[in-house]
Amino acid sequence: MSVEAREARQPWILLSPALTAIFLLLFVPLLFIVVYSFWLRTSTGADQVGFFLDNWREALSDAFYRDILLFTLKIATITTLVCAVMGYPAAYVIARSKGNKALLLLLLMLPFWISYIIRTMSWINILGVSGALNTALLWLGVINEPIQMLYNQTTVILGLVHFLLPFMILNVFVSLEGIDTNLEDAANSLGATRMQAFWQVTLPLSLPGLAAGGLLCFVLGAGTYITPLVLGGPGDAMFANLVFEAIITQLNWPLGSALSLMLLAVLGALVLIYNRYLGMAQLMKGLG
Amino acid sequence: MSSVHLNNIVKRFGAVTAVHSTSLEIPEGAFVTLLGPSGCGKTTNLRMIAGLLDPTEGEILIGGKRVNDVPIHKRNLGLVFQNYALFPHKTVADNVAFGLKYRDVPSDDIATKVQDALELVQLPDVGDRYPKELSGGQQQRIALARAIVIEPDVLLLDEPLSALDANLREDMRVELKRIQERIGVTTVFVTHDQSEALAMSDQIVVMSDGRVEQVGAPEEVYNTPASEFVANFLGASNILAARCTRRGPEGVDIEAPTFGKLTVPAEKAPNLGSEGPAKLVIRAEKLLVSRDEAPEGVLSVPATIEAVDYQGQAVRYFVRADDTQLQAINMIDQHPFATGDAINLHLRPIDCAALPGD
Repeated sequence: MSVEAREARQPWILLSPALTAIFLLLFVPLLFIVVYSFWLRTSTGADQVGFFLDNWREALSDAFYRDILLFTLKIATITTLVCAVMGYPAAYVIARSKGNKALLLLLLMLPFWISYIIRTMSWINILGVSGALNTALLWLGVINEPIQMLYNQTTVILGLVHFLLPFMILNVFVSLEGIDTNLEDAANSLGATRMQAFWQVTLPLSLPGLAAGGLLCFVLGAGTYITPLVLGGPGDAMFANLVFEAIITQLNWPLGSALSLMLLAVLGALVLIYNRYLGMAQLMKGLG
Repeated sequence: MSSVHLNNIVKRFGAVTAVHSTSLEIPEGAFVTLLGPSGCGKTTNLRMIAGLLDPTEGEILIGGKRVNDVPIHKRNLGLVFQNYALFPHKTVADNVAFGLKYRDVPSDDIATKVQDALELVQLPDVGDRYPKELSGGQQQRIALARAIVIEPDVLLLDEPLSALDANLREDMRVELKRIQERIGVTTVFVTHDQSEALAMSDQIVVMSDGRVEQVGAPEEVYNTPASEFVANFLGASNILAARCTRRGPEGVDIEAPTFGKLTVPAEKAPNLGSEGPAKLVIRAEKLLVSRDEAPEGVLSVPATIEAVDYQGQAVRYFVRADDTQLQAINMIDQHPFATGDAINLHLRPIDCAALPGD
C-alpha cells in the first residue's frame, strides 16, 4: 500500500468506533422512527404495517399540534433571551477574572453533577404551597395563605433558564476568552471609554459565542419535556410532551414518530440556518 | 507632542515590586527606549504612562501636567502593541479611523486623515481590506497608522517589532524611525533587543529588576557601561576582576589578570574611585585575534583558541590566556582561525572601560 493510501485510511480507522456507534445507536433507530411514522395504529390497538400518510396528515393539519409547536418555539425564544441577558455578564466576569477563573468555572459546572430532573424538582420545594418561599412569606406575615406560584408558564421558563444558563455562559465565556484583551486597551487608548470599547469591540467579537449559546439553549429548550411536565400546568405542554404522551401514554408509536420527526425537522432547519450564516466551528468550540 | 516625566514611580503587585522608585525625564520629541530583559519592569513603566496601570507611588506628568488620575481614553496617546491588536472585525480604514471618531474631527476630514496616515506607512491601497488579509509587517504598519492618525502627545511602542521575521524587523526599524522623525512625536519604545535600541534611540534607559541601571545616548551606554549588567546586556563583554592602583587626570591605572598593568581613559571609568577593587570591561569586538606582533601602544597576550563560532561576516572565538577565558568577536578577513591555534590577543587600553569592583 502506498504512503498516500495509508495516510488516507488512517482517519477512517480512528473514526470507525465512533461512526459505528452513531450508525447503530442513532441513525438506525432514526430510520425505525421514520418507518414507524408511516404505519397506522388501528382501533384494536395493534399497529398496521404499511405506507399510510394518516399520521402525517393529522400532525400537519391539526391546529392543536401547530399551536403547541408555536407555543414551544415561543417558550424556547423567551428562555434563550433570558439566558443571553443573564449569561453574558456572568461570562464576562469569569473571562476577565484574574486569579479564580478555575474556581468560577468549577462552580458553573457544579449543577451538572446533579441530575437535571432533581434540579428541576427542587423548585417544588422552593415555590410549592408548603415550599420555602411561601413558608417564609407566611412567617413574615406578608401573606395570610400560601400563593400558588408553581405550574404555570413562568415556572416552566424559570426551570428552563435554570437548566440552560450554564450552556449560554460557557459559550459566551469561550468566545470572550478568545478575544485579545489588548483590543480593549487599544480602543481605550484611542479615546473610547470602557463602555464604548465594549460596544465597539468586545460585543461584536463575542457575537459568535452568543449565537452558539443561543442555538444550544433554543434547541435544548424546545426539545425538553421534563421541565413542563414537572413545573408546568395542564396548559403548558410543549411539543416534546405530545410525543411523550403519544408514545408512553397512548402507546401510539406511529403518531408519536411522526410528531417527533416534525420537531426534529423544525429544529434541524434552525441548525442549518445557523450553520449557513455562522458556521458550526463556533458551536464546537463552545462545547469543547 | 509633549514631554513625559516619571517622578519616583513605584509599582507593586501584591508583595512583588515590579518597579522600584524610578524617575525619568523624556524630553519633547525624543525617541527614548526602555531596554531590558523580560521582567525588568520596562513594560510596566510603559503601561503606567499609558494609563493601563496605576502607579502605587509617585507621579506621572505628560506635557507638565499630572496625569495619575486621567483615564487612558483622555490621555491622547498612541499605543502600538507587539501583537498589533488591530480590530479583526473592522476594515483597515475603520481601524485607522477608530480614534478619530472620538475626537472632534468632521466626518469629511476623517477619510482624508486616514488616507494620509496610510500613505505615511506606505500602504495607501489596503483601506478596504481586513487585518487578517495583511502580512504581519503590514498589520504592524496599520497599527502604527492607527496610533499616529490621532496626533498623539506621546507615542508608546510596546515591543512592536518582536513578532516580525528578522529581515522584516530590520526594515521596519528603519521605517519606524523615519516616520517618528518625520512627525516628530515624543516616543517611548520598549524592547529587549539591544540592536533595536542602539539603532533607533536618542536615549536608552537600561533596566533590570525594576530599576534603572543607566540612562544615556546609545554610544554612551554601549561604550561606557555603568554596571556589569549593562556591559553584559549590550553586546558581549569580558569582565575581569581587577584592581585600581591610581587615578590620574588622564587615566585610571588598572592591574588586571592576564593583561597586567594598563591605563583606562578617565571618562571610561567615571564611577571608579582612586584605589581598590575594580572590574575591567573589554568588549568582545575590541579584542583582536592575530598571529602578528602588536604595534606600539597595543597590549599583546599569547592565547589559545578553544572554540570557534562562525557567524558569516564575523566570527566569535572563545580563547584561553593563562587561566582566563575570553571571547573575541572579529570580522573575518579570509579564513577564520581554527580550534587549537596559538595566537596573540591584541587590546588597546583606550578601548577598555572600568567599573568599581565588589
